[in-house]
Amino acid sequence: MDYSQFLAMKQEIAILVVFLLVFLYDTFMPKASQKALPAFAAVLTLIATVAGFCSHALFTDGHVVAFAGMYETTPVIAAIKGILNIGVVIVLVQSIKWANGELMIMRRGEFYELLLVTLFGMYLMISARHFLLFIIGLESASLPLAAMVALDKNRYESHEAAVKYMLTAVFSSAVFMMGLSFVYGLTGSLYFENIYFALTGQMNVLLVVAIAFVMAGVGFKLSLVPFHLWTADVYQGAPTSVTSYLSVISKGAAAFAFLVIMAQVFGSLYSQVWEWMLYALIILTITVGNLFAIRQRNMKRFLAFSSISQAGYIMLGVIAFNAMGTAALMYYILVYIFSNLAAFGVIGAIENATGKVGMDDYRGLHKTNPRLSFCMMLAMFSLAGIPPFAGFFSKFFIFTGAINQGSVAIYVLVLIALINTIISLYYYLLVVKAMFISDDECVIPNFKSACSERLGLWVTVAGIIGLGIVSYFYSSLLTLTSDSLMNMYFIG
Amino acid sequence: MFSNILIYFVVIPLLMLALTGLSRNVRQIRAVAVTGSLALIALSVVLLVQYLGLREAGETAPMLFTDSWTWFAPLNINLAVGVDGISIAMLLLSSVILLTGSFASWTIAQPKEFFLWLILLSTGVYGFFICVDLFAMFMFYEVALIPMYLLIGVWGSGRKNYSAMKLTLMLMGGSAFLMLSLIGIFYHSAPEGQPLTWNILEIAAYDAIPHGWQSFLFPMAFVGFGVLGAMFPFHTWSPDGHACAPTAVSMLHAGVLMKLGGYGCFRVAIYLMPYAAQELSWIFLILTGTSVVYGAFCACVKTDLKYINAYSSVSHCGLVLFAILMLNTTAMTGAIMQMLSHGLMTALFFALIGMIYGRTHTREITQMGGMMQILPYLSVCYVIAGFASLGLPGLSGFVAEMTIFVGSFQAGMADFLSGAGSLRLVYTLIACCSIVITAVYILRVVGKLLLGPVYDDHHRTLTDATWWERLSTATLILAVAAIGCFPNFFVDLIKTTFSPEIFAVLGM
Repeated sequence: MDYSQFLAMKQEIAILVVFLLVFLYDTFMPKASQKALPAFAAVLTLIATVAGFCSHALFTDGHVVAFAGMYETTPVIAAIKGILNIGVVIVLVQSIKWANGELMIMRRGEFYELLLVTLFGMYLMISARHFLLFIIGLESASLPLAAMVALDKNRYESHEAAVKYMLTAVFSSAVFMMGLSFVYGLTGSLYFENIYFALTGQMNVLLVVAIAFVMAGVGFKLSLVPFHLWTADVYQGAPTSVTSYLSVISKGAAAFAFLVIMAQVFGSLYSQVWEWMLYALIILTITVGNLFAIRQRNMKRFLAFSSISQAGYIMLGVIAFNAMGTAALMYYILVYIFSNLAAFGVIGAIENATGKVGMDDYRGLHKTNPRLSFCMMLAMFSLAGIPPFAGFFSKFFIFTGAINQGSVAIYVLVLIALINTIISLYYYLLVVKAMFISDDECVIPNFKSACSERLGLWVTVAGIIGLGIVSYFYSSLLTLTSDSLMNMYFIG
Repeated sequence: MFSNILIYFVVIPLLMLALTGLSRNVRQIRAVAVTGSLALIALSVVLLVQYLGLREAGETAPMLFTDSWTWFAPLNINLAVGVDGISIAMLLLSSVILLTGSFASWTIAQPKEFFLWLILLSTGVYGFFICVDLFAMFMFYEVALIPMYLLIGVWGSGRKNYSAMKLTLMLMGGSAFLMLSLIGIFYHSAPEGQPLTWNILEIAAYDAIPHGWQSFLFPMAFVGFGVLGAMFPFHTWSPDGHACAPTAVSMLHAGVLMKLGGYGCFRVAIYLMPYAAQELSWIFLILTGTSVVYGAFCACVKTDLKYINAYSSVSHCGLVLFAILMLNTTAMTGAIMQMLSHGLMTALFFALIGMIYGRTHTREITQMGGMMQILPYLSVCYVIAGFASLGLPGLSGFVAEMTIFVGSFQAGMADFLSGAGSLRLVYTLIACCSIVITAVYILRVVGKLLLGPVYDDHHRTLTDATWWERLSTATLILAVAAIGCFPNFFVDLIKTTFSPEIFAVLGM
């Protein structure tokens, strides 16, 4: 075996090293210095992120295939991993206060170790070019998350959420593998490339069922409607830091993996089979997510449904089935990470200080905590897609990317999505209304949020304002995906 | 980048935003707002003089001061700017109204936040008028819409929650259609072999949008902007929104923001898609014709001053869109004049209503009377505004409506004589009725509110206008009279755009 192949996995190895260091710190450092563990983990991840970017910039060998074609990395894949990594750093920074709290004393290390393992699994999902490796990634990205959801062991909801998450994760994997077994039966291979060529020109019922099962399997992770039923309960039950991680990183990774599977494995069947399935899924996801979000009074449940509909928008980048759509999808994930983490940052800060998560508790927040409510407002505006905040640009570009596909049906789809943005604007404005317009006395007193929380919010706010207006981010992503290397996704 | 004069129309508001953010007391905030808007007026005047100079020297390009800075290179999105006489007129209008609006909110509560949002709104307005890139225009357009939510929600009165939400959702709903239309235009903007573009001038020069696509994209663009132009049946946000908004916001919204709708209809929908404009204008002619008459009738039966004026805005803005759809030079010139005239006049109205409401704490005309004896200055101003609105010669309304109806009649007769149907003619006649109805509701208010005996004896103690109120109303009245007395100056300013070489639909 050629051990130099491991050099292709620079970003994975970086995460593995961080994991080991955190584990060793957790195990061997004296109790007195344990308080520094969260900061230690955040800094290490930051270093790993920077190193990942740098190593990529230094060794522009770009496209590497390793382990007999099981593993592949391209500049685009390195970029999406970098994007996810940035999100993880923000999550880690935001969680410092919570992780140092009373509740987490005995479990501080576990949170970070489990989180890094799931991140590692997501990397494998994204880079895998063989379904065996993909499933290893999928499982290691799912199962530890169930343990993370249950971290808050004194709360009944946390347990309920963990069980729900565990069962749906296992069930969705089972469905996924069922579909896979059909594909294997049809083609005799688990390599993406082999399946792609074996399926070209084929068309039968088994194939349709197989694709439906595979989509359902990943759809669970993405919480597309009708596979979304776990989302609200799990988001509500899990500790806020875990929820934010679930809602942005896990979703982002699954979205990109979904794109890779649909394009690289089933790409040749795009217009025959899965374009219409995805079309229906998108309409359902966006609409149902939006309509259910209107009624929610708990901020975490509210963001759960909002994130369901956001996943629908992200899927527009998949149905676009071109380089522009891919770039828009990655950009959308990046912007979504910042916007959603700003919202969760505020929710987490308020929850840590007062334990309140109801939307009604936020009435009049502007008077007691003007800065927090300002951050929340920016997050809501960005999620709703209002300029000059980044969310506007990501929505505009994902629509532009989808319409680039050209058919009239896509125009209709985008119109439906656009009309849905108005519904979403309504409920995002409800939060703004509660905070700014309501005259009630606020039940949340003025408090000083922790340094780490403020740092996290500053970073996300900077991202919300800067990511759109500064054209560098989207332009460079589009340049990357338009490169010939990426176009191999769309041979069909 | 900073060698182009146009960029300062965005830079100055941004500076004002920053300075307002740094201000420590209300005096500083007022100073920033007034200095900034004076600077913007000065800048508009400088731009006007330079523009006229260049035209004098024989410049024939459709837009001057054009410049373009790359923004999103792979998508060919640029920050492209350029102005013609129409945009300059709009910039002047916005600056005047921003200044008077600042005076009108002299004593507002929470001044810092209020002015931050107000200036953000103006940033969007200015950006919209100077840009010629569809993406940038759309972005500024939405920037101008969203501050309305908080401005009405926080500083408004009455059913402010409902109105603010309704206004925001309806306008954003319009812009959803607009966004789809703009993306569609982009993908059909250039002929085979040329790079796609967002630049209005290039798209108009190529004229490459297939006719089938035009018929699909034109209605969406027109409805998108038409919602903001209060086109029937999408006008319902306007009365509620204006009635609940604080004075300065009503002024800016009716005076400037609604002009964004008319300007967009003509600059994007009709300019870029002449074929569909020709084919489908009849649908919108019916809708806008309806809003002209319907708005006027509604104004006749309302008793709340702000509602009356809001419905009169629906009627007058309907006239703008109506005139644009006549697709001939005279009517379109009239439409632009009407935008200016209505902008100034309605701002004057809302300012006066705000001042009266601030004193009497009621806007019901049934609860007031004889104001001429108590508040002579404000009452005289109100009468002048009313006369401008019903089209008294010498004031702006007369010039604008006269031009519009002459133009519409020409278009209608031309259609009729060439056997193309009599729809335009009939609707011109219907819309003409609005002049009479306008007179009815204006004189009704003047009679009830200003003349007659004093209704409420508590009102006798009220004091007349303060210096800042006099300043802002006087400025507006001067501007209204200026348009009325020197219409040719404005006609000359905007005429360049309306030639068949530049505006394809006029040559069809």
